[in-house]
Amino acid sequence: MNEHGAVEVMANGEPRSVPAGSTVAALLERLAVDPATVVVERNGTILRGPALGQVVLEPGDVLEIVHFVGGG
Amino acid sequence: MPKDLMAAPADPQAPAQPGGADDRLRIGDRVLTSRLIHGTGRFPSSAVLAACIAAAGPGMLTVAVRRLHLDGDRRSELEGLDLRRYPLLPNTAGARTAAEAVRLARLGRAAGLSDWVKVEVVGDPDTLLPDPVETLEATRQLVAEGFTVLPYTSDDVVLAFRLAEAGAAAVMPGAAPIGTTLGVQNIHNLRLIIARCPVPVIVDAGLGVPSDATRVMEWGAAGVLVNTAIARAGDPVAMAAAFAGGIAAGRAAHRAGPAEWRAGGHGASSPASGLPTAPNTPSAP
Repeated sequence: MNEHGAVEVMANGEPRSVPAGSTVAALLERLAVDPATVVVERNGTILRGPALGQVVLEPGDVLEIVHFVGGG
Repeated sequence: MPKDLMAAPADPQAPAQPGGADDRLRIGDRVLTSRLIHGTGRFPSSAVLAACIAAAGPGMLTVAVRRLHLDGDRRSELEGLDLRRYPLLPNTAGARTAAEAVRLARLGRAAGLSDWVKVEVVGDPDTLLPDPVETLEATRQLVAEGFTVLPYTSDDVVLAFRLAEAGAAAVMPGAAPIGTTLGVQNIHNLRLIIARCPVPVIVDAGLGVPSDATRVMEWGAAGVLVNTAIARAGDPVAMAAAFAGGIAAGRAAHRAGPAEWRAGGHGASSPASGLPTAPNTPSAP
């Protein structure tokens, strides 16, 4: 946590700052991402449904927010 | 290598699978309504992709797993498609190792709520040819995790057997490297895989025109995966329909049982006897 009470995390390779105590679901809301349309991996572990609203982000967390795109 | 897989080859002239009106392809717990598996990449627009899918009526759609763009345009070419209408086959494209493929497969499972995966581990970024060692290892790991695994593989015959032995639900040998539209490059290997592999063989990658698909279906392939040949056609929607027709024709021909090759052929198609006798009178000058 920095002096502003914010937590720095990496989301899809970019640094993001969220208020201390934010859950993963809160981050998705800040990013205007519908949780139903994505899969979130935190530090290598996939978070499912209810966990998104329970897991509190910690400094340095690495998040991957992925979805289906076209492919062969 | 299990000995039974290296036993005498199946009779290539054996009649197609015994009849029955229901010729739907069964893999794992799915019954596919079509033997065409439709890719969703590199289409000119999501509208064209949707029209192609409607024209082709595929049995499954392949999709890839990628980061959501958090800034800027978040739309994907899948936008506007009702992905629940078709069984999805998430791929592991982008993986270069078994570990990366396993990770992408788990993400795909979480996104699609199904445990099907097309394992794709590229070993050479220039040609996109698959890495056989990593592909086999990823297949083993994902089978152990309960996935229904369909690995994209080269046209190596023994590797196809090894993948089946590792628990692959189907194997997907390429006709030619991804995106080349070259058609079948190694007829003998592909036919050996189709004739002898104990799991369904879906020819994936490198097809160019519907006759390529027809050929492999005539040889007994269980299905065909097409992406670039449709997506990059002059009229993708018309080409999607053409591929569906080509696959149906090839499958029907396989089931019908092609006429056997004989030295000297089967004789004239028209009767040798019964030819009207020429009149004795000379023809008019």
